[in-house]
Amino acid sequence: MKQFLAVIGFSLLTIAAFTGYSNFGIPRIEPAPPPKQEKIDLGSMTMDQFIALGDRVLNGKGTCKLCHNDLGRAPMIKQIVPNAEKHLTDSRYKGEAKDLAEYLMESMVNPSAFVVAGFGKAGSNDTVSPMPDVSGGSIGLSEPELLAIIAYLQDSAGADVTVEIPTDAGDVAEEEEAEEREPLEDPLEIAAEFGCGTCHKIGEEEGDLAPDLRTIGATRDREFLRRSILYPNAEITEGFEEGMMPDDLGDQMFAVEVERMTDYLAGLK
Amino acid sequence: MVLLFGLLFVPPEVAGLDLIGLDGGVAFAAEDAATEAAAQADVASPYQPAPQLTEKDYPTFLGFNGRIFVWIAAQLHLWFAAFVLAVPIFVFIIEAIGMKTRDKRYDDMAYEFIKVSLTAYSLTAIVGGLTLLGLLVFYPHVMTYMTSIFKESMIFYALIFFAESACLYVYYYGWHWLQGPFKKWVHLTIGLLLNAVGTLLMLLANSWLTFMMSPAGVDAGGVFNGEIWDAMHNFLWNPINLHRFVANIAYGGSIIGAYAAYKFLSARTPQEKAHYDWMGYNANFVAIAGLLPLPFAGYYLVAEIYAYSQQMGITLMGGIFAWLFIIQAVLIGTLFLSANYYLWCGLGRSEGGVRYYKYMKYLAVVIVAAFLVWFTPHTLVLSNEELKALGGPYHKYLGPLGIMPAKNTAVNIMILMTYLSFLYYRRANKIAVVTWVKAGNAAQIALFVMACANIFFLGIYHGYFTNTVYKVAASIPQVLTTLLVIVIATVIDSMIYKNAKEVAPQRWGRVPPRSQYALFLLAVSFTWLMGLMGYIRSGIRQHWHVVDVFRDNSPDAFTPSLGYATNVISVATILFMAMVIFVFWLAQISGQKSETPGFWKEPGQ
Ligand code: HEC
Ligand code: HEC
Repeated sequence: MKQFLAVIGFSLLTIAAFTGYSNFGIPRIEPAPPPKQEKIDLGSMTMDQFIALGDRVLNGKGTCKLCHNDLGRAPMIKQIVPNAEKHLTDSRYKGEAKDLAEYLMESMVNPSAFVVAGFGKAGSNDTVSPMPDVSGGSIGLSEPELLAIIAYLQDSAGADVTVEIPTDAGDVAEEEEAEEREPLEDPLEIAAEFGCGTCHKIGEEEGDLAPDLRTIGATRDREFLRRSILYPNAEITEGFEEGMMPDDLGDQMFAVEVERMTDYLAGLK
Repeated sequence: MVLLFGLLFVPPEVAGLDLIGLDGGVAFAAEDAATEAAAQADVASPYQPAPQLTEKDYPTFLGFNGRIFVWIAAQLHLWFAAFVLAVPIFVFIIEAIGMKTRDKRYDDMAYEFIKVSLTAYSLTAIVGGLTLLGLLVFYPHVMTYMTSIFKESMIFYALIFFAESACLYVYYYGWHWLQGPFKKWVHLTIGLLLNAVGTLLMLLANSWLTFMMSPAGVDAGGVFNGEIWDAMHNFLWNPINLHRFVANIAYGGSIIGAYAAYKFLSARTPQEKAHYDWMGYNANFVAIAGLLPLPFAGYYLVAEIYAYSQQMGITLMGGIFAWLFIIQAVLIGTLFLSANYYLWCGLGRSEGGVRYYKYMKYLAVVIVAAFLVWFTPHTLVLSNEELKALGGPYHKYLGPLGIMPAKNTAVNIMILMTYLSFLYYRRANKIAVVTWVKAGNAAQIALFVMACANIFFLGIYHGYFTNTVYKVAASIPQVLTTLLVIVIATVIDSMIYKNAKEVAPQRWGRVPPRSQYALFLLAVSFTWLMGLMGYIRSGIRQHWHVVDVFRDNSPDAFTPSLGYATNVISVATILFMAMVIFVFWLAQISGQKSETPGFWKEPGQ
């Protein structure tokens, strides 16, 4: 019996050691929740907002930066537009695109139409792209989202934005099992809905866990503000903790709300 | 039992009941495709697209967490199944060795192994039934969809299960009956059949889960093309088959090793001690034999996952799962160290072995160093935010050791050193009689030195002097080097020690009790590690039941964090251990008799 207990004790200790190590020996990381299905209210969107949506999809749901980053897995986002012209006239090009926008669209839904030299799937001699069709599968971008990405890519490369904001997608969005909530108009209502005031000073709210937002427009531009809401941990304001501000606001807020909030904050000088 | 088998099929009519009309207006291309496909399917195909579920489609039951229930049940099933599939493989081999050498000890040991696995066999079926029950209760739509595709292979599975039971029972209960020159052949043939059927069973079950990872035979909306072979023979099927086959053998060895260790510790007589020491040694040998090729099977699997989908590959090796591989490294390091430690302790069994004690500490140092390199984290980036926070994907100092070529180098060195431990052990008690001993030894030393140099060169050159694309190119020649050395050195060694004299008799049973704890460590770590890898294998599907085809919309669709997952795994491991102890205990009492004079009527009274 003593033997038996010793063996049991030893085994339990082993398991406890592994469990302890996994719980406390390595950083605690919560995996991102499954992507929410994007709610887009295109009806009231300006081109700027549409471009911002593209930025957001590119960084978030599109998971583009999983590959398009500086680790050499895929071409850098910045280089895509400048190189596209060359690729369109490349002798290896087999696709059907005639202009930049079409080329970008094709690259996203049929990545193997042209594979940038050196990036093809191993052994395919640059005929098969490792990039998935981002309109299907686990990424599943919708047509408006793809167009928004194109708009963003064109805009950030200094090219003319040639895509138009789709209008019929408005109805499509309605058909979705959207939450009952309507997008809020008033920035302070938005702030109340998402509890910005519990941490920040904003409007009448007097939170003091986070930077004062009442004059934030004087020091921060719209880009920065939008990013702070969508990706609060991208840059941490000095003197504050990382990871305090919720990083899933982008998933909870309507795109228009993010834009309205950004506009409002940028105007606070 | 029959009840359980009844549960194995879902009546095919159920398939497709609820699936129509669930595709209510959606905006996204993939889902449009599904709807279109459905429209076409109505005319062309009797199969339905994968349903689009909502949270309400996942029943709740008495407050049970469905996912955890299925997770634990499936994991228990897998452990038992791995054990009962592996044991007949090496029982068959051991029996054949016994037959060839006519050494009855082997036959007795093989019989004892299979006896232990017999009770485990019914437990496998019971927890399998529990898994199925859990799936039907908590994931009815998933099961409906899967059954609609795999119904034939599921029925086949049930039939094969009967066949396997039949083989096993004849093999076990017929063991003493089927002895003798001709009958032994019959018995061995049944053993072979048992293995064939068992392997088939595993292949079928593997095809279901690999279908969920890398679906084939269905279109983007999940409409099945009607060709069951397409769905079975999906991209990851064979890589998983190979990996599981090898791992099962190592795992079976480690569990039997724990059994022998326990019997050793509680043995009363020297004969018993000797017997169980010998048994433990053989079990450990089987475990190591399975363990050595396992990292290679693992690399192959990961490479195939990358080839199937770069995105899935990155989810696997980047993100939170990167940390999982650190835990895995700790576990595998533990496995290697405990297996080696056991060998080193075993040197004490013979007077000859003691000669080699002094070398063991160097081997230990090298193995620990290799382990530390392997353990060094590589890219630990979670997301773009983290990337920015860290200022880059690599750690400043650890980065260079964290890259794959360094790890490959470390693993290969670790495997070579383990093999070297084994060589030492093998020659421990022998004195070679051939004339060319010196030359033979020199050749072996040269072989090892060259191999290590080659492995280092490949690792360093490819790791640090070529660009990213070629970084992994080193792994294959490294692996080949290792395998080649193992083969050549084994050949040379067996030639040198042909007809060798023994220094002194092997004294089975003369090992310190702490060596037996190495065997427990091996078994427990292995069990836990399998649980961990089960989590990641399933976890890389993320929020999909069937990747990219059938989305998981249950409240539990989230990827569990490592802490959460390892807690579940630990609970499951403890449950498994409790059940295994029960199995061992049954094996023990089945051999015991109580004398009760006067209790039974004397005959004729
Ligand atoms: C799994 C990795 C991966 C993901 C995720 C990914 N890409 Fe790519 N992408 C690549 C690779 C590799 C290439 C280069 C090969 C090729 O031309 O197809 C590429 C090429 C491209 C190109 C064409 C570049 C050129 O110069 O021709 C565009 C445009 C592009 N990606 C956009 C995107 C967008 C937008 C997203 C997110 C919605 C995305 N990619 C997601 C791997 C990826
Ligand atoms: C739980 C507390 C919390 C909530 C709720 C919260 N924030 Fe923050 N926020 C912070 C903290 C802490 C920082 C500073 C650290 C950082 O940059 O992430 C911050 C930073 C910011 C910044 C950048 C300020 C600067 O000077 O750099 C903006 C803009 C911002 N938040 C807007 C919002 C908005 C809009 C909301 C509501 C929709 C919100 N926050 C909700 C805690 C919060």
